[in-house]
Amino acid sequence: MSNLDIWLTIVFLGIGTFLLRFSFIGLVGDRKLPEWMTRHLRYVPVAVMPGLIAPLTVWPQATGGDLDPARLIAAAVALLIGSLFRSVLGAIFGGMATLYLMLYFLG
Amino acid sequence: MGPDMSRTRSVYWQGVRAGAPFILVIAPFGMLFGVVATEAGFTLIQTMAMTALVIAGAAQFASVQLLVDGAPVIVAILTGLAVNLRMVMYSASLTPHLGKALPWQKVLISYFMVDQSYGVAIEKYTHSPDMPLGEKIAYFFGAISAIAPFWYGFSLIGGLVGSAIPPEYALDFAIPITFIAIVAPSLRSVPHLAAAIVSVIVALALSWMPYNAWLMIAAVLAMLTGAQLEKWLEARK
Repeated sequence: MSNLDIWLTIVFLGIGTFLLRFSFIGLVGDRKLPEWMTRHLRYVPVAVMPGLIAPLTVWPQATGGDLDPARLIAAAVALLIGSLFRSVLGAIFGGMATLYLMLYFLG
Repeated sequence: MGPDMSRTRSVYWQGVRAGAPFILVIAPFGMLFGVVATEAGFTLIQTMAMTALVIAGAAQFASVQLLVDGAPVIVAILTGLAVNLRMVMYSASLTPHLGKALPWQKVLISYFMVDQSYGVAIEKYTHSPDMPLGEKIAYFFGAISAIAPFWYGFSLIGGLVGSAIPPEYALDFAIPITFIAIVAPSLRSVPHLAAAIVSVIVALALSWMPYNAWLMIAAVLAMLTGAQLEKWLEARK
């Protein structure tokens, strides 16, 4: 890994990521999207985010990919607090507190 | 200062408050990135350049890891972009709300489009679709101004500290907790719940696939599930 490799990665990942973000909002602008499309786009958050973290939760890298009860329970607590109380802060606090408690007790 | 202006200002602060809880996870995550990049051999300037230009933690981790493993630069870049492909979906779903913003505003919104600012903003827009454009923009910038300084600041601290954070701090889990916190409050309808479940199952089943292909497939199938179920439930009424 040379210095040049690092800079090329930084610059092209930066530009590319910006273009991904700019794609629709920049190019479609204020033209109206078709109804079928907006219907699907309403589900973007619940379609992307759970999938993104599912493997990280079930097979965490920190345990070498082994199922980890502490992390599973912490995730469940965060999910429960977040969905029952609609509280972002509660979910984050509850999840991290549960994780540390479980890691302390389960070792 | 007219009533519109003070109203917009108060919406901005609502956005700040909505974004603030994420400081709890952005701070350790940013610090972790600073440490990992430094250990990988990045100079402080390079670490901060990446944090400021890319401003997408998961992709940054993936690219740095590949460079450390000796992968070709093009693979490191493309993998990072694959991890960020979800931003296209975020961009599309923000378009009905923010598409009429001025060009320079859209450039800034694009640069600051991260999981947390997107999640907080889209939740608000979904509940108040008739908010004036100016307030929608103010809310988005409020949310990101609570988050971005901590991302930059703690990456810098991590880069300066530069030594390993003991694994027992379990900072890796800040990410899953963040995403759960973003999504959980929106699991309020049957189609939303079904979409989330499909997303999880497909992601787990296909996670052996390279280049994050599993995530795009899981996301598309989950969107189809949500939209079709919504349509079907409406027709049955």
